[in-house]
Amino acid sequence: MRSSGQIEHGAAGVAPSGGETAASAGPDPREAEFQALIDADQRIEPRDWMPEAYRKTLIRQIAQHAHSEIIGMQPEGNWITRAPSLRRKAILMAKVQDEAGHGLYLYCAAETLGVDRAELIDLLHEGRQKYSSIFNYPTLTWADVGAIGWLVDGAAITNQIPLCRCSFGPYGRAMVRVCKEESFHQRQGFELLYALSHGTPAQHEMAQDAVNRWWWPSIEMLGPPDTESTHSAQSMAWGIKRFSNDELRQRFVDMVAPQAVVLGLTPPDPELRWNEQRGHYDFGQPDFEELRRVVGGDGPCNRQRAAHHLKAHEDGAWVREAAAAYAAKHAATTAAA
Amino acid sequence: MSEETPAPLWEVFIRSKRGLSHNHVGSLHAPDAEMALRNARDVYTRRMEGVSIWVVPSAVITASSPDEKDSFFDPAADKPYRHPTFYSIPKEVQQL
Repeated sequence: MRSSGQIEHGAAGVAPSGGETAASAGPDPREAEFQALIDADQRIEPRDWMPEAYRKTLIRQIAQHAHSEIIGMQPEGNWITRAPSLRRKAILMAKVQDEAGHGLYLYCAAETLGVDRAELIDLLHEGRQKYSSIFNYPTLTWADVGAIGWLVDGAAITNQIPLCRCSFGPYGRAMVRVCKEESFHQRQGFELLYALSHGTPAQHEMAQDAVNRWWWPSIEMLGPPDTESTHSAQSMAWGIKRFSNDELRQRFVDMVAPQAVVLGLTPPDPELRWNEQRGHYDFGQPDFEELRRVVGGDGPCNRQRAAHHLKAHEDGAWVREAAAAYAAKHAATTAAA
Repeated sequence: MSEETPAPLWEVFIRSKRGLSHNHVGSLHAPDAEMALRNARDVYTRRMEGVSIWVVPSAVITASSPDEKDSFFDPAADKPYRHPTFYSIPKEVQQL
């Protein structure tokens, strides 16, 4: 927990809200006030009192989200050196840099709840906090960069737009920034796939192959079905989540199915068709067993992603140490002057 | 695992264009003020969102406490006469 005297992070002079004091007996009378704020669609700010479980849920969710952005740099970073043109390379670098930025916005939001980023990164390295299952799939061809932009970022946007109205202020504000930047990500992916799909037969085939591999993981990425989703009901009551996983999944399929037609690519789902009566697309049953496996650590690249992040973190230690030493030396000089 | 002391936290304020005040946009870690400014530029102004940046050590900010917000802001609550709408003006006066 953070010490006193700070504006957003933890509390100034008071115990971080809901911390040690509230954990004890019975329902806290402040809980009704807290819930009333949420029910009135007001935002909760870091130094407000909040139930400990609300704080924990948010830390878990925001950290997992931040880790996803950071780990998500790997599959795409894989192609920076091999981008087919300077234009594509510049775009991809900007996108990967954005992912780093998104991770930082989110770590910053998590820190307002009284945890340190360093702590969260340790939890990631120890495998005690997760990141999105989707980043455990490999990027085998250049077309995968397009498929990630179009499908993975498309699914992410579907999930993130409602989070802009999340009851926790700093999370919502971070998501507003993320969503603004994310729309370029999806468009560049679509454009890339469109170019390939309308290129040579080999390019078209490469684009189709990428869509074949990324389609289902993107649909699964929106989480387990509502019947099995463990955190949903409480998160809804707390205004953290606004729509169920299955609602978001439907919204995502409704968005991308007609786009696939424009791309000239065929989603690998024979059951995908417009349902006039429902006013939605019908689609096949995602393989949630696979989702469970990948989340549980047994995807194609889980070990590689974790090891790479740990190595990058350790390889960067001397830079952080040098910067700290320089700052300390400089501070001493300034103090002496 | 991390035995290093985390770099201090800085609050970042950005003036989005001339004529507007600096607004709080978030925070970041940096070992010193100069690095904090550079990091803030990279994290918060990748799309020309700012023409000026302030960074302030989070530790030096003193904040009002949300627990006493009622009593703290009380003095303003019962003074509607501080607002122009408190006064009734004859209809004939079109602008005042």
